[in-house]
Amino acid sequence: MSESNSNSASISRRCAACKYLRRRCSADCILSPYFPASHPQRFACVHRIFGASNVARMLQILPVHQRAQAAESISFEAHWRAQDPVYGCVRIINMLQHEIYESQQELARTQAQLAMYTARQPTEASSVIAQPQENLILDNSNFLNFQDLHDLI
Amino acid sequence: MRSKNKVAGAGTTGSSASPCAACKLLRRRCAEDCLFAPYFPPDQPHKFASVHKVFGASNVNKLLQELPVNYRSDAVSSMVYEANARVRDPVYGCAGAISSLQQQVDVLQAQLAMAQAEIIRLRMQHAGYLAHLRLTSARGGGGGGGGSSATSSPKMMEVNEKPVYNLETEMDQTSMYEPMWSC
Repeated sequence: MSESNSNSASISRRCAACKYLRRRCSADCILSPYFPASHPQRFACVHRIFGASNVARMLQILPVHQRAQAAESISFEAHWRAQDPVYGCVRIINMLQHEIYESQQELARTQAQLAMYTARQPTEASSVIAQPQENLILDNSNFLNFQDLHDLI
Repeated sequence: MRSKNKVAGAGTTGSSASPCAACKLLRRRCAEDCLFAPYFPPDQPHKFASVHKVFGASNVNKLLQELPVNYRSDAVSSMVYEANARVRDPVYGCAGAISSLQQQVDVLQAQLAMAQAEIIRLRMQHAGYLAHLRLTSARGGGGGGGGSSATSSPKMMEVNEKPVYNLETEMDQTSMYEPMWSC
């Protein structure tokens, strides 16, 4: 009776990974801190995309204080890959780059308008134009175009 | 004459095709219908190496099998991109790139908002100046006001004088309100 109780207790303490993989969850299970039993779907998705052994290996090579972030980002990528098997989270990157491009264009147009006003009122508008324009020009080699995706790799 | 170099996948048919990068890494025979062969050519071993390291060959195989053929090339490219990002940054991977790009978007939008606000301010300032000019010309009939040259252009006056815009005196002059919104 007590043995079955302890067995059931150890079974109920299994992390989502060990539960999914139907194995005993040891005390030093590397996945258990990051894949609690309360979120089984999270590990299921990660396992489907990356595989439990890959994830365990990826976490193992990291210092302990970075593993939580790594598990979080791995779960994020797995989630997006499950949602979009073709592009995964790379689609988000493409959308953001497009948004940056559009914002840069709009900013350039707006600054051209400001320059016109500066020509009329140099004392007020020039202080805005003269501010350093950081982060406006992105290195275009980092832009990800799905048509050129193959060439960038 | 038989070639001494036995290439995996050549088999006994004598085919000269070398195995794809995937089969080479996995050390297996590269079949004619190998799923990986179209996307992992033998001259780019690093592509499959990083994908295998992050996703695993069997997972990539499963993912590709579930996709229509015309989507597989893009899927492989995006997986290679994601795998390379993870190899470069084992903690954040692609999520780090997304975070960085989102920050750039925020910065650009803040700059855009500032620039647009400045345009609005300048337009209001310009509208106020025009209203002042009209009021001055309506009252005095002559050009220039006190002190400055009677023939000075509005542009010259803008440099030397700060336009005065008095709401109380201008309330009835609706023509002074130029359209400020270009959208």
